[in-house]
Amino acid sequence: MTVTAHTGAALALGDDALVLSHRLGEWAGHAPVLEEEVALANIALDLLGQARVLLSMAGDEDELAYLREERAFRNLQLVEQPGGDFAHTIARQLYFSTYQRLLYTQLAAQEGAFAGLAAKAVKEVAYHQDHAEQWTLRLGDGTAQSHERMRRACEALWRFTGEMFQPIEGVEVDWAGLQTAWLESVSDTLRRATLEVPEGPRSGAWAAGAGRQGLHTEPFGRMLAEMQHLHRSHPGASW
Amino acid sequence: MVEGDRMAPAAAHRTASVDGAVPEADTAVYEAVFNAAVAADERIEPRDWMPDAYRSTLVRQIAQHAHSEIIGMQPEANWISRAPSLRRKAILMAKVQDEAGHGLYLYSAVETLGVSREELLDKLHTGRQKYSSIFNYPTLTWADVGAIGWLVDGAAITNQVPLCRCSYGPYARAMVRVCKEESFHQRQGYELLLALSQGTPEQHAMAQDAVDRWWWPSLMMFGPPDDESAHSAQSMAWKIKRHSNDELRQRFIDICVPQAKSLNLTLPDPDLRWNEERGHYDFGPIDWAEFREVIKGNGPCNEQRISQRRKAHDEGAWVREAAAAYAAKHNGATGAAVEPSADTADMNGKA
Ligand SMILES: [Fe+2]
Ligand SMILES: [Fe+2]
Repeated sequence: MTVTAHTGAALALGDDALVLSHRLGEWAGHAPVLEEEVALANIALDLLGQARVLLSMAGDEDELAYLREERAFRNLQLVEQPGGDFAHTIARQLYFSTYQRLLYTQLAAQEGAFAGLAAKAVKEVAYHQDHAEQWTLRLGDGTAQSHERMRRACEALWRFTGEMFQPIEGVEVDWAGLQTAWLESVSDTLRRATLEVPEGPRSGAWAAGAGRQGLHTEPFGRMLAEMQHLHRSHPGASW
Repeated sequence: MVEGDRMAPAAAHRTASVDGAVPEADTAVYEAVFNAAVAADERIEPRDWMPDAYRSTLVRQIAQHAHSEIIGMQPEANWISRAPSLRRKAILMAKVQDEAGHGLYLYSAVETLGVSREELLDKLHTGRQKYSSIFNYPTLTWADVGAIGWLVDGAAITNQVPLCRCSYGPYARAMVRVCKEESFHQRQGYELLLALSQGTPEQHAMAQDAVDRWWWPSLMMFGPPDDESAHSAQSMAWKIKRHSNDELRQRFIDICVPQAKSLNLTLPDPDLRWNEERGHYDFGPIDWAEFREVIKGNGPCNEQRISQRRKAHDEGAWVREAAAAYAAKHNGATGAAVEPSADTADMNGKA
């Protein structure tokens, strides 16, 4: 496969959706309440649907998902972070769905290759963002314990958020405007949830743009090992 | 039957819907009206008078059904992270999500009988209510996902289609919806097995192994033989149940044998053969000792299933508390995510 700007962009966006969908799928059978089994699966399914369209723009979806090694994945480090508690999942959802909604809103308004997908996805992502915001409010402004857990989760994931605004080659959007709008939206939600906007840096020397360049965090390799194991055990088989 | 005829007894027993105690002398009248409604194939609705034993039978049965839906998510969720293609992964995730949805409708159906979901979950977690024993078997390979869809969802449909005509309205309506989705699951399971069966020799062997392991437990899903079934007769009289365990089991076997042939897989029973006289397939003896052992708690996964359930529930307590605290603080704001969804609003019998 030759990586053109177009396929590179499809991989970046597709890998975000694929990897986050996988992480959300890990909640199945473990969610805190039955309604969240349904909601988290819904979000995971939307993302998986987006991933399949995007990866198919770059090649064969299964070859790309199951036969690439860790260094060839272009997703953000944010989406590969292990679930942690429910607060971590919600913080990850808040950061990512806000980003994805803003990004896809811009893409949907353009003529480019991603416009069709973005127009459909932006409706799904609006629900994802609403779900994350509602839970951020409940957890932040719920009990002392939930507030503390949500505060910790928001802080722990904060350093992975700077990476989102590193321009992706082949995606022509207003990245600076995206960043400003993201910060405004997330800060507003956190404040309404009686949480502080974390003060730490939004990217470390290592994290800035790293996932997009194929540099990932340790848990990601283990995630791929699990995801790819069966497919790789039967080379050439169809399922 | 004209509409007017149907309305008469319904109207009569509906006027009997009261929250307080019914004077004893009236009980006999109410019971007669209830029996007439059941005999006329009318639906009993939540606000209607009903005998205590009818209510408790329904609570036990629907709760067990609801618990089976949510415990049943576990063996299949076990394969979501390893699904071997993105298409299969999407199908499996959607299936497990459907089962959670079935759990939601069914808990709502029990709530119409005055028992909260919280209370039912507590009974599940403490072993005072059961779930279908089939889920105490492990999913060891990817083919098990197909075998569960084909056989376990298939057996569930055979059991549940007659429940769409159950005398209790909310349960019957929930079943209509559930059955539609279960039949998708059954077809998807069949299709998954077919792909394996037509695949490499290793894939074919994987499919055969799964069917070998799931066949007998699936037959046990219909419950003990009729002459040993404790609750059957009364449930049939109340039209909660419409067919006996053995009838349903036979119906399921008759459906599966030709399907196994089309799958190019064998069923692990040397005694299976067509009986011209009966017009049914004969089959070998079922190991009821194993069935009783698994029900007693000695199946391969009883302990694991319940501890995962309890762990999810306990670890989620702070989340549910937060939602409740938030809803209480923000008067008018709903804790929507922890309340029955709009989907289940039709449980109360307007539909
Ligand atoms: Fe189900
Ligand atoms: Fe099902």
